[in-house]
Amino acid sequence: MHESLALCGKLFPQGHDVAIEGSLLHGTGKTPGGDIAVLGTLDRAAIGVDLASALASRVLDIVRSHPGRPIVMLVDTQGQMLSRRDELLGNAGYLAHLSKCFELARQRGHRLVSVVYGEAVSGGFLALGMIADQVYALADAKIRVMALPAMSRITLIPIERLEQLCRSSPIFGPGVVNYVKLGALNAVWEGDLAQCLDKAMGSPLEDDQRAARGLQLAGRMQAHPVRQMVLDASK
Amino acid sequence: MEAAGVSNATDDGFYEATARQRVAALLDKGSFHEILPPAQRVVSPHLKELDLPVAFDDGIVIGEGRLDGRKVFVAAQEPAFMGGSVGEVHGAKLTGLLDRAARDRPDGVVLLLDTGGVRLHEANAGLIAISEIQRAVFRARAAAVPVIAVSAGSNGCFGGIGIVARCCDYVVMTEEGRLSVSGPEVIESQKGVEEFDARDRALVWRTMGGKHRYLIGEADGLVQDSAARIRAAVLPWLGTPVPLDLDSLTQEHARLALRLEQFGDAQDALEIWSRQGVKAPQDLPGLDHEAFMNIAVPLRNSSHA
Repeated sequence: MHESLALCGKLFPQGHDVAIEGSLLHGTGKTPGGDIAVLGTLDRAAIGVDLASALASRVLDIVRSHPGRPIVMLVDTQGQMLSRRDELLGNAGYLAHLSKCFELARQRGHRLVSVVYGEAVSGGFLALGMIADQVYALADAKIRVMALPAMSRITLIPIERLEQLCRSSPIFGPGVVNYVKLGALNAVWEGDLAQCLDKAMGSPLEDDQRAARGLQLAGRMQAHPVRQMVLDASK
Repeated sequence: MEAAGVSNATDDGFYEATARQRVAALLDKGSFHEILPPAQRVVSPHLKELDLPVAFDDGIVIGEGRLDGRKVFVAAQEPAFMGGSVGEVHGAKLTGLLDRAARDRPDGVVLLLDTGGVRLHEANAGLIAISEIQRAVFRARAAAVPVIAVSAGSNGCFGGIGIVARCCDYVVMTEEGRLSVSGPEVIESQKGVEEFDARDRALVWRTMGGKHRYLIGEADGLVQDSAARIRAAVLPWLGTPVPLDLDSLTQEHARLALRLEQFGDAQDALEIWSRQGVKAPQDLPGLDHEAFMNIAVPLRNSSHA
């Protein structure tokens, strides 16, 4: 069984009809609190114009057919598709469209929860994952902007220095623990995943609290106060 | 096309101008009030830690002003500071400005974008900041404040900010501007020169540049590189938010699906333009603005939501 479907089995012990279609995962999961729409990617899918369009189509279907039904995104993406064809066709527009569809769902009362179970990287994570109201990750998930060797090459900072910095600050290094500290993840899920999901569904819906959490956890000290200073500045 | 309103700044275009020159040239003379100006020295703590130079505005100018008398909020990324890249402070200034707009409801927010995306020296914090900006764009839109993205700068508009630009109500570009998620260098370094030759400037511009983006409907407006013309393009959009609802997104979905159907197997922009009905696609990149618009306006695919 594919790991994504095994995950669905753990999230929805009462049953689900989630199916794989190419790099896309979709269906419905049963929970004591009601049905949940499931949408995701698998096998470290790169998100290009075709996959973004297919995902957006599913989001619009859920909005039309199941008003208010919570949506769980199951995230496994190596990032945006790096190809000439996808950029020629305007991948920015397709990824933005996917984000807009999720935003529409949010505004129409769908709770958006994402669970990173594989990888989550840069532009792919932006359009599928971070757009959610609540973002969780499994303990062995991998989240990053870029691998350290590539970062070292581009920033011209020696890799030893980067590795050293990773130990003192959560902003450089990959990993779910860092993303919790920075406020971008609500929590890391371990143990009974159905219980984790149930708890997430029962928690109050809030506006974007990531910067406030980052401050609270001392991982990202500037984002929250700087935003507040801009709001408070005199006219 | 004559620009409406009065802007007395010297108009040498945006391509090589600084962020402050762009803001001054865009807005009514003397109307700009900067928020968190350099004197307040809100700088990146992470660059300091790396012993790298900081900027007292962290590479972005934000504030309020007037455009033809209308109240607007403006943000301008400074191209010369770390490629206009988004760090924690830079991003929080932009998010704050958009939230201020959602609260105070000016006639519009104009984003003068000029960036490679995430500032890799602040890796995770930069990526999260871009996600926060994206959510703030949606909050401003929900408050019926139109957000207008401009790509006319030397760095183009890349990475997550390319996605953010397309989340705005409107995008206006110049021929020199570029808009994409992955930039040419990133594609070449990850996938090889056969996939994308980043040194082939003609290829870069016909794949990601203003003319192509306007033709396929990734940009709503295309203007010559002049502050007066950018101003004139932005002006009619002030106070005119684009709805973000099921109807508008259903229509956008259909347009994007049609683009895949019509052009999904095209090997090059020239092939797309030819299918759009352009008689001599190879001549398009060399045409001056007026000659290009005469051909493009009737043939282009429109954008939106």
